[in-house]
Amino acid sequence: MSVLTLGNENFKEEVLNSEKQVLVDFYADWCGPCKMMSPIIDEIAEELGENVKVGKINVDNNQELAIQYDVMSIPTIMIFNKGNIVKTFIGVTDKNEILGYLK
Amino acid sequence: MYDVIIIGAGPAGVSASLYTKRANKKTLIIHNDNGGLKKAQKIENYYGFENGIEGEELYQIGIKQAENIGVEVKKEEIIKIESANEKFKVVTDLNIYEANSIIIAIGTKRNKANIKGIKELEGKGISYCAICDGFFYRNKNVSVIGSGNYALSETNDLLPIANKITILTNGEKAPEFRADNVEVITKPIEKIEGKNKVEEVLFKDNTKIKTEGIFIAQGTAGSIELAKKIGLVTTDNGNIKVNEKMETNIKGIYACGDCTGDILQVSKAVYEGAVAGLEVIKYLKNK
Repeated sequence: MSVLTLGNENFKEEVLNSEKQVLVDFYADWCGPCKMMSPIIDEIAEELGENVKVGKINVDNNQELAIQYDVMSIPTIMIFNKGNIVKTFIGVTDKNEILGYLK
Repeated sequence: MYDVIIIGAGPAGVSASLYTKRANKKTLIIHNDNGGLKKAQKIENYYGFENGIEGEELYQIGIKQAENIGVEVKKEEIIKIESANEKFKVVTDLNIYEANSIIIAIGTKRNKANIKGIKELEGKGISYCAICDGFFYRNKNVSVIGSGNYALSETNDLLPIANKITILTNGEKAPEFRADNVEVITKPIEKIEGKNKVEEVLFKDNTKIKTEGIFIAQGTAGSIELAKKIGLVTTDNGNIKVNEKMETNIKGIYACGDCTGDILQVSKAVYEGAVAGLEVIKYLKNK
């Protein structure tokens, strides 16, 4: 499944109201480590296909969301289930470690 | 432009260099002369030394062996590694070097200053990368723990962003650094406190200061700091994650020796260094 671009306008609908688990990657274009995380997120989206929703949030354009979810370090990856955060990874994280929480 | 820059001159870094240099790859080793082997008293469990050998002696022989075959060896302090388009920049306290590949063989900090609260509040106000996370501390009061060049480099990255920066040397001598919005406190730290995020630093003399973010930059930049800045996957123990080819998650960056965890032994470092060296040669050929 392709990776969604998330932001204030669609966060409620795509993440909080989602029936599926949602993986959210908070990132910024100027953040070096985020660039290394990005292909890992893309691979996860590809591997899990329709089972999980995967999206990215640019913190520069969506500061309210970053503040609301206490993001203080990027990349931060959160897994949402039925509107609640069930797991948070801070910093570049191994693909298999993330997959372990999604299957 | 180097074919490969190796960070660290211990058994892993030197072994890697022996392979890359012999394959005619332009090889530079940068080290801070502070390796674990250097501090080891007597190595008695390594092949070929019937009476054992002093760690310092083995370390110096290794560097000489690399130099003898034409490896450049420089004693400088690493500040960070940057990447762009599969090329890498290594920034030290004195220079900037460029390379097509990197081998991290920087060892592990054996005496990590273990301040209570760091682990618990990681990502909740504790950061290892000013340039990555400074954004979240715009106009806030933050602290940098450390006193060396690396701490000053982190402070510099925060200067245009933060409201006020307090350098906490944790008992070390105050650095020579003056700026309007920078204060230095040399008192030893007892712990970092905060419920859901960093709130206060408590000193051993029972005084405290309020702070909204803490950047960890003690001593020289170690594997964890280098890894977090460039985006290498690390393990829970703070080691760099590699596969059996010593590849990290970033193409062109390899890691070997103590910084990848497991047994902290010369034999393991030599093996991993050899693998990393050989893999880098293959990588450069296919580039």
